[in-house]
Amino acid sequence: MKVRLERDVMADAVAWVARTLPSRPSQPILAAILIESSDTGTDEVVLSGFDKETSAQVHVAADVSEPGRVLVSGRLLAEIARALPAQPVELILHDRQLAVRCGRASFTLPTFNVEDYPRLPDMPDSSGTIPGAIFAEAVAQVALAAGRDDTLPVLTGVRLEVAGDSITLAATDRYRLAVREFNWSPQHPGIDTQALIPARVLADTAKALAGADEVHLALAQGGEGLLGISGHGRRTTTRLLDGEFPKYRSLLPTESVSTATLSTADLVEAVKRVALVAERNSPLRLSFNGGEVNLSAGTGDEARADEAVECTLDGESIDIAFNPQYLIDGLGAIDSPITHMSFTASSRPAVVTGMTEPGALSQTQYRYLLMPIRLAG
Amino acid sequence: MSRSQVRRPAGFVGFGDDDSSCPILHVDMDAFYASVELRTRPELIGQPVIVGGGGGRGVVLSATYEARALGIHSAMPIARAHRLAPQAIFIEPTHGLYSEVSAGVMEIFESITPIVEPLSLDEAFLDVSGALRRLGTPTSIAHLIRARVVAEQGITCSVGVASTKFVAKLASTRSKPDGLLVIPIDKVLAFLHPLPVGALWGVGERTEESLHRLGLRTVGDIAHTPLDTMKRALGEAAGVQLHELSWGRDNRSVTPHQPDKSIGNESTFNQDVDDPEVILRHLMRLSDQVAGRMRNAGHVGRTISIKIRFADFSTITRSRTMQVPTDTAKEIFDVARGLYEALGLQRVRIRLVGVRMEGLEDASEAPHQMTFDEPAHGHRDAEVAIDALRSRFGATAVQPGRLTPGKTEQKGQE
Repeated sequence: MKVRLERDVMADAVAWVARTLPSRPSQPILAAILIESSDTGTDEVVLSGFDKETSAQVHVAADVSEPGRVLVSGRLLAEIARALPAQPVELILHDRQLAVRCGRASFTLPTFNVEDYPRLPDMPDSSGTIPGAIFAEAVAQVALAAGRDDTLPVLTGVRLEVAGDSITLAATDRYRLAVREFNWSPQHPGIDTQALIPARVLADTAKALAGADEVHLALAQGGEGLLGISGHGRRTTTRLLDGEFPKYRSLLPTESVSTATLSTADLVEAVKRVALVAERNSPLRLSFNGGEVNLSAGTGDEARADEAVECTLDGESIDIAFNPQYLIDGLGAIDSPITHMSFTASSRPAVVTGMTEPGALSQTQYRYLLMPIRLAG
Repeated sequence: MSRSQVRRPAGFVGFGDDDSSCPILHVDMDAFYASVELRTRPELIGQPVIVGGGGGRGVVLSATYEARALGIHSAMPIARAHRLAPQAIFIEPTHGLYSEVSAGVMEIFESITPIVEPLSLDEAFLDVSGALRRLGTPTSIAHLIRARVVAEQGITCSVGVASTKFVAKLASTRSKPDGLLVIPIDKVLAFLHPLPVGALWGVGERTEESLHRLGLRTVGDIAHTPLDTMKRALGEAAGVQLHELSWGRDNRSVTPHQPDKSIGNESTFNQDVDDPEVILRHLMRLSDQVAGRMRNAGHVGRTISIKIRFADFSTITRSRTMQVPTDTAKEIFDVARGLYEALGLQRVRIRLVGVRMEGLEDASEAPHQMTFDEPAHGHRDAEVAIDALRSRFGATAVQPGRLTPGKTEQKGQE
């Protein structure tokens, strides 16, 4: 193999593939990157990675003078690609070693046996498309509520529900629930399907494809348990998670006894300040009363903090307490200047949504439910 | 000469009787479980008696001094004790009896001073500073305690009297059995320095090895080694600690009712087990027991750990810290099972499993992060109801289905 490609193109491509490689692979070969160039004249190099759960593949432009296939350590190649000077890069396979040459720098890398590398799963047919920016935003808003505890694998996933031209994403770690609805362009208007996608892979992939005009989602039919995401000459497949996602829709309250609207920026700043005295997982108390909400944290002999923030309360006064980090996560995710919070009781979930301006309707395409902390006594 | 005086070191004269700066007492029952058993079986007095149970796989809980002379010590596997001392009399432990006697002993301590720090069922530190005017010198208080324990509970104990906790504990050990030893404050170093390094608090097998490698065999050797050398050899904290102790400095006070740092239960199998189903059933039962003890003590905890001892006695522990503290068996078991399954053991033979909760907090003070799937009456309520039933009808009155008899269960010993 002998190919030549632009340094930035190569660095991006390698980074995209290396992103999904396992840091502690069950077999060393699963942490490798496969570089392929088929017949001369295609002017294209394909880089792939696959750890038997997740695959990533990218096609990039290159001058191919000699086709071939080579398998090298993914992490090492990624580090080298990042560090190369801004000049064209040559990859030359010689005597089972890969030479990487760029400007006056040159590296020689050992290779793995290509024959031992597992075949990447086929990309399922595209089920529809969505602009990359919208997809990235929606996934980021939801994935932050997914669980990180592997003892409850179902909760480490993002639930994807497709009904015609509408998609709903949901994730919960039992303490909060994030739900986002958006429209897309399905191949078949009658599509109706669900999947549970590993949250971390989904979040990484969506973020990396944020700049793509069109992202294709490909849901394998017939129980293959695979989701494909592609755009920009890049594709990822991931194995879906098994298990039944909690029936989250019944958690979304249909009515409330009080609602509060307040400036998101003011609230976030106050929460961050007051939370300085809240030790890990200790509660932030919010007391909504009249024209303001009083935030406080800390008890007894510990350090304590108080701060009031202006707010418009509609309905009864309410005292409620949250994990401050969970609240900050939700306030960051609504991405709106005005925060709308609705409550039914101190022991029931609060709903956080965004508003574009005071008095406008709250934006319900994204809802962040937050379970309170019950105070002692 | 009484039976118990036989083992006193020959030619031992003590360190004098000046107890003027020695308000700390360490009281330790002599061969506690065995002595308690001998109360009802006086015909065995003077014989090697070993208390321990659970068939061939249990451990020695306690041994009389006659048995110890044959090389028996507590925590030794019963099977090994049988080989070392075939002539010994082996007694199964009587459940409930020892804590009853222990409560009686602790009551005696509490009547002397409120500052009592129990270390286990059969030993405690007492700070008698506040009782001197009422009851006399520390030595006379020690005599009083020894007399009352014999009179009221029918067993003997040994008492160390010193200015610090760790010297008092060493003194009681030195005076065993049925003895009393005062270490006057100006004799602490004379007492301490000839002792082997293993006598110091915090020196286990590993540390002892490292000290021996440095040529340090006695406490005096440590005392005369530069502090920097100790820190380099053992790390900052341990180096400083041993250096302080070697000069008799120990500023820990006697702390009544030291809060539990962790609560755990273990079970040793009668025969090594490689069946994951059996292991999981034991983990479930242990989780259930630990959760019950947590609720009983009013604790919630955040860190759950499991301990696995393999057939070759190598031991591993794995732990996970949860976001929110718990005291329910279901949550503890879910994590314990996850930790066990993550080990990916392929039919490895296991001798012992344990479940432990750490990072304990007072349940009444701990705020509770609620979950969406928390029903109004959840597992916790069910488990609290079970606690109540068990306290009336016994530990096996209510059990998880997985643990009910009928499943061929290999019985373990807790």
